[in-house]
Amino acid sequence: MRSIRVAAIGAVTLSLALAVSACGGGSSTAGGGGSNDSPKTLTYWASNQGASITVDKKVLKPELDKFEKKTGIRVKLEVVPWSELLNRILTATTSGQGPDVLNIGNTWSASLQASGALLPWDDKNFGSIGGEDRFVASALGSTGMKGEDPAAVPLYSMAYALYYNKKMFADAGISKPPATWDDLVADGKKLSKDGKWGLGAEGANLSENIHQVFVFAKQHGADFFTADGKPDFTSDGAVTAIKQYVDLMAKDKIIAPGNAEYAQNQSLSDFAKGKTAMVLWQTASATFASLGMKDDEWGVAPAPVRSGTPGTGTAVNSMVAGINLAVFKNTDNHDGALKFVKFMTSDAEQKILNKAYGSIPPVKAAQSDPAFNNQATAALRDTLAKSAEALPQVADESQFETSVGTAVKELFADAAAGRPVTTASVKAKLEKAQQQMPAK
Amino acid sequence: MTTTTAIAKADRRTVSGSTPGAARGPRRPGRIRRIGLPYLLLLPALVLELLVHLVPMVMGILMSFKALTRFSIRDWSAAPWSGFDNYKISVDINAPAGEALLHSFWVTCGFTVLSVGLCWLLGTATAIFLQDTFRGRGVLRTLFLVPYALPVYTAVITWAFMFQHDNGLVNHVLHDQLGLTDKPSFWLIGDNSFIALLTVSVWKGWPFAFLVVMAGLQNIPKELYEAAALDGAGMWQQIRRITLPSLRPVNQVLVLVLFLWTFNDFNTPYVLFGKAAPEAADLISIHVYQTTFATWNFGTGSAMSVLLLLFLLVVTGLYLLLTSRRRKTADV
Repeated sequence: MRSIRVAAIGAVTLSLALAVSACGGGSSTAGGGGSNDSPKTLTYWASNQGASITVDKKVLKPELDKFEKKTGIRVKLEVVPWSELLNRILTATTSGQGPDVLNIGNTWSASLQASGALLPWDDKNFGSIGGEDRFVASALGSTGMKGEDPAAVPLYSMAYALYYNKKMFADAGISKPPATWDDLVADGKKLSKDGKWGLGAEGANLSENIHQVFVFAKQHGADFFTADGKPDFTSDGAVTAIKQYVDLMAKDKIIAPGNAEYAQNQSLSDFAKGKTAMVLWQTASATFASLGMKDDEWGVAPAPVRSGTPGTGTAVNSMVAGINLAVFKNTDNHDGALKFVKFMTSDAEQKILNKAYGSIPPVKAAQSDPAFNNQATAALRDTLAKSAEALPQVADESQFETSVGTAVKELFADAAAGRPVTTASVKAKLEKAQQQMPAK
Repeated sequence: MTTTTAIAKADRRTVSGSTPGAARGPRRPGRIRRIGLPYLLLLPALVLELLVHLVPMVMGILMSFKALTRFSIRDWSAAPWSGFDNYKISVDINAPAGEALLHSFWVTCGFTVLSVGLCWLLGTATAIFLQDTFRGRGVLRTLFLVPYALPVYTAVITWAFMFQHDNGLVNHVLHDQLGLTDKPSFWLIGDNSFIALLTVSVWKGWPFAFLVVMAGLQNIPKELYEAAALDGAGMWQQIRRITLPSLRPVNQVLVLVLFLWTFNDFNTPYVLFGKAAPEAADLISIHVYQTTFATWNFGTGSAMSVLLLLFLLVVTGLYLLLTSRRRKTADV
């Protein structure tokens, strides 16, 4: 029996969820469409945004109470860690036993949209929360496939920027943060000595790898998907871009080889300890504070470009990072869920929540608050407005994160072990990644 | 205190007094009831077994014949049938999916043989060593069982910390203290990841072998050893001629269980490496998980699971057939 139990790991886990749903009457959800059968309660899955799940509960609880006071609807909150969120959503999708409202990583929008589990935000639904015009365009760009009604609404926005250690820069005689990659490599070489390193990276974190190489590819005029949504991982631009990123460790030697196995934000603690002088990160200020680094010890500048200043096209220097809010199509409280989304995206709540998390409100009216124009957030806000672009909004996006993210992880492993990283070896890894994509 | 003892005694008397009476008396069950009762008692377990194991398994097999992707996952029963396509993809070793599956199959085979072998060897050696009574034997026995008692996640995550390149204990000892390596090695990425995985697996698995062999040793009559000693057999001869043959039935089950656990081990590689294991340590369980949940090829993942199940059934069947035949021959 043991053999039977363990052997079918993939299928059994998946189908166990189905079995449970079959017993629980979840089959009614197969046809889609929500109802208003349970107008007094809502279940909300929040992604883990703060330093811990406890912190998130502390931030969200008073706001949810406010919502209850206003509408009489009680919100049952569950904060889900990032590593579990996608699998939890998949299970909920297959079983129909999910929350009413949930946070999704904005890069997953199109993939989850393809599953048909999320409520489409047509004009009527958007109208009920004040219309699309309230939101910043770049954030709306990562809510689903082009030409279809969005699958989610932007909630928190983030962008990548270059964080640097002021004292280490001063000690190395560097007067201003690097604006181009050549500057960054030159500065990095000055900083990489005596056991200290120029730049930090999370080489074994698949999503992080994707975020970085997406920007590098943009700067080389390449994309990872063709206009009609087919994978195109092996173009010259994509290969050059990934090689340039991995070369920061392999050739330029400004990233410590040990970073090749980082996947738990160790590069941030290295930065806070003064072991590395720079990191490319999204909204890191709260994390630095929790690691004991004072606000005046670090500075923040736009992430570098190949030449000139950040902008559009090949001067893109960040992906549009952030969290979207989605409603499950089979919710039992359709109207309540829309009210909740309206509440969470209201000007007042946007200010409170984004301040708490150090992110930028995707709602225009809330963005003008001076709190989002300080040292920590001004660069992020500018980047989002001028030089950030959304990851490809295609149904295959989450598979792309896994396969290309793994390829970059393996290339970092090669670099760390001292094996050569060549154009040919990069291309071979990317070819393998492309072959792993599901057949159409 | 006295009252309790008295009641206890009285109870015991009633129980022992009533036993023969029950066999003969009017409460003697009828033939049908006698046959039916055990099945009735088994029924709850059977129903649960059906729900927990068989239903999902049948569903998994059904899924393996469907074109199940992100587009159809929400209403999977309505997904289009795809015949044997998922199986063809899985076994076509000239295409990327099949090639990768075959690679992880070989990695898993090598890993299983080494891990089970080492677990058995270590477990048996320690159990035999701890047979003799000496001071501190109890403490050692308890200590050896610690890895078996720890929650898997806690234990493996601790290993993951120890294997870290920069701050890990393993590199600290091997490189800084003993100077065995030229430079700190990578254990969680690249080729060494296989060694890391094997180390954790053996560390986790051998206490079970130790426990089972220790229990098996209790059943070997002391007289055999005394007689052998009188005949002039040394320790090694005693182990070869008495201990190992007597342990054969125990070992038969032990090796089978270890084989199945190790071949299917998911927790160790997942906690150690995350959802993308290095190529050198790409165990089949992780591979199936990645196909199913990370690249959302649910149908192909199910087909791979079914193939894995068939392989394990065949191996287990052959193993049981061979070992029981050998035992029969030995009995004759």
